[in-house]
Amino acid sequence: MSNISRTYQSLRSSQKFQKRFSVAIRLIIALFLIYFSIFPVLWIISASFNSSQSLATQTLIPDRASFINYQRLFGADPNYKFGDLYFQKWIFNSVKVASISTILSLAITTMAAYAFSRLRFAGRIAMLKGLLLIQVFPNLLALVAIYVLIFQFGEIIPQLGLNTHAGLILVYLGGSMGINIWLMKGYLDTIPRAIDESGMVDGASHFQIFWHLLLPLLRPILVVIGILSFIGIYGDFLLARILLNDVDKYTLMVGLQIFTAGQFDQKWGVFAAGALLGALPIMTIYMILQDQIVGGLTTGAVKG
Amino acid sequence: MNKTSRGQSKSRLATEDSLASKLIRILLIVLFDVGSVWFIQSALSLGFDQLVIVFAVIAVMLNLIFLLPRAYPFRWMAVGLSFLILFTVYPIIFTIYVAFTNYGDGHLLTKEQAIPIIQKATYLPEEGKSYSWTAFKADSGEYALWLVNPEGESFLAKPGVEIVPAMPGDPGIGEADSKGIPTSIEGYKRLNTLLAAADKELPKIKFGLEGDQTIQIRSPSEAAELEILYIYDPDTDTFTDQSNGDIYYNASGTWTARNGKILKPGFRAFVGWKNFIDFSTSPAIRGPLVQILTWNFIFPTFSVLSTFALGLAIAIMFNDRDFPLKKLIRSLLLIPYTIPGLISIIMWRGLLNSEFGVINRFLEGLIGWAPPWMTESFWAKVAILLVNLWLGYPYFMLISSGALQSIPADIYEAATIDGATSWQKFRDITLPLLLVAVGPLLIASYVFNFNNFNLIYLFIGGGPPIVGASTQAGHTDILISYVYKLAFESGGRGVQYGLASAISIIVFFIVGTITLLQYRFTNMWEEVSENV
Repeated sequence: MSNISRTYQSLRSSQKFQKRFSVAIRLIIALFLIYFSIFPVLWIISASFNSSQSLATQTLIPDRASFINYQRLFGADPNYKFGDLYFQKWIFNSVKVASISTILSLAITTMAAYAFSRLRFAGRIAMLKGLLLIQVFPNLLALVAIYVLIFQFGEIIPQLGLNTHAGLILVYLGGSMGINIWLMKGYLDTIPRAIDESGMVDGASHFQIFWHLLLPLLRPILVVIGILSFIGIYGDFLLARILLNDVDKYTLMVGLQIFTAGQFDQKWGVFAAGALLGALPIMTIYMILQDQIVGGLTTGAVKG
Repeated sequence: MNKTSRGQSKSRLATEDSLASKLIRILLIVLFDVGSVWFIQSALSLGFDQLVIVFAVIAVMLNLIFLLPRAYPFRWMAVGLSFLILFTVYPIIFTIYVAFTNYGDGHLLTKEQAIPIIQKATYLPEEGKSYSWTAFKADSGEYALWLVNPEGESFLAKPGVEIVPAMPGDPGIGEADSKGIPTSIEGYKRLNTLLAAADKELPKIKFGLEGDQTIQIRSPSEAAELEILYIYDPDTDTFTDQSNGDIYYNASGTWTARNGKILKPGFRAFVGWKNFIDFSTSPAIRGPLVQILTWNFIFPTFSVLSTFALGLAIAIMFNDRDFPLKKLIRSLLLIPYTIPGLISIIMWRGLLNSEFGVINRFLEGLIGWAPPWMTESFWAKVAILLVNLWLGYPYFMLISSGALQSIPADIYEAATIDGATSWQKFRDITLPLLLVAVGPLLIASYVFNFNNFNLIYLFIGGGPPIVGASTQAGHTDILISYVYKLAFESGGRGVQYGLASAISIIVFFIVGTITLLQYRFTNMWEEVSENV
């Protein structure tokens, strides 16, 4: 009896040991992985505080730490000539374009999704399928066409043409009748119709039902779609690159790309400072809203 | 409102609205229509025919939607539909159209715009009406000519200004000398014959208004009227060179002479399947295209496999609910995903810089050798895959750990009782169940990477360049970055919208096939039908 219990005991403790051993090994692996994931970021942080400009002389702990790169970024170092550097403007442009596009496209998406979810009309299903089919054609393949289109717009209405933020926003809005309608419609479908009916009994119009009853309930999905589309537009490079010409009209991503031209290694420190400041807002959003975004990402991707 | 109409309005809630809102709506439609008419007219006068058509379609659609009560549901998506047509549907159709044209440098204009430009060219005929001339020169270096034709009439000619009849003694013009030529012109000094004959600038200057009447000096004694060099014949659609009689025939957008000479500019014209045929016949295009296409399939395949494998491995490793510091580890491993892609890519470009990059300096110190990431095609490809692994694994880590949690634990328990090893459990339970959920995302990721322009272009610009290609192609270029280079970065070779669009169409077919496969996978079609 005691024999058996002793074997059992030793078995349990060896299991426990095994478990601890495996956790320890996995923690070591985790350390390696974490190093892989953050070492480029560490180097960027270090570079941004390094007062010598060049890539070649960089060490992880800067010898002469200073804020000189940040000062240069904001044009506060009169001895430093970079050329056209409008960092504040680029950030402002990016936030402006992304916010306006996001808000307008949310309005378009939500209203269309309301119709698809609550109203019945001929061609509803065909249109829903059509929206999916059009997504098959990647927007960026039509680059030339979009460029020509905005050029022609500008010939007629200069405020909407090439090299304007309004023109860029218009193009971004073109993508709002896309996959997000499916996401939004799916969410709307889960809201009980009894809510609509209670409104109808009181004589509310469709718009009143939408505005007063349903919209407040849509807040969670609006936040997820809104943030994802903001991040998407904030990070967009190609369309902004093609449509904007003047350096002071650039968005942040187009602006940061300038650094790679010419002697990149000589501009490394200033780029690092700009990259960090540019990435920080987005990283913060992700870290705070991690769970919501991940949730939206998975359902969005799986359900379309 | 009486009782019956109230009853009616309740049952027709969807379509009825008050008189005031109806009026406002009609007013807005009228305003919109006025704007549209103005827009369409402007577009028409500029020759933007396609834009006119799209805009007219949208305007008619919006009118119908807002005027017909039956179209009420579409009012909810009217703006969205307009944008969809303008910025998604129309560009697709336009791309298909451009793929069959020669649109690009040298062929940017319409035929109607190109003809007058060619007609502007002039030449100095050997014979014909001639003038005797006297030159005057201003202190600023500008010239004026005093011209006398065989009939004895005299004219004053300046560059860029209409030639006017003038007489000595007119305002600003001095008195005539013995030959009847003014001794002075206000602001100018008369050049003596010898000095004028030796002047090198003078014979190059075109006097008079361009397109109207221009005169150039032919010899020390003679000046002659320039004549139009190429005369267009609309019936045969040809230009004839007046100086030597060469005839230039319209060869799909380029006026070409029998000896191969062409007139510039050409114009936008249909060239049929030429752009597509060029892929298979022109060795300079075909060579890089085959190479680019091959890499375009290899790159997303390896990327998806590597990011998925690493993401899944991490997810499995830390799947224990009570694993220490789980939340912190996840947050730290998520970091690459939270940085805007462009910033990460440029950051890596610096880190992997062959000469100065941190990684290469470290490797040099450690083993005395470091890969030439940016200059050798093999290592460039390795670098791209490595960077994309860093960028992409957190996504699959998130997705996989979500999917793992949805696999019921009792399946594993049953397998353990049956004596299954960990590997068997992974191969026969985890992987198949996981793939059901993650499969469509793998395809989506494949499609995303198939067109991952930012990575290829920003990291390395598609380089190193392929030697001997007639277009700007690099070893790591994928189709989409190749299209971009053709269309927007000619590097002196001239932009080729037609060729770029043709490649776009090919990409569209590849991506379209893959995506439709994905839709089948996710049963999206069935889902729509069920949700009716």
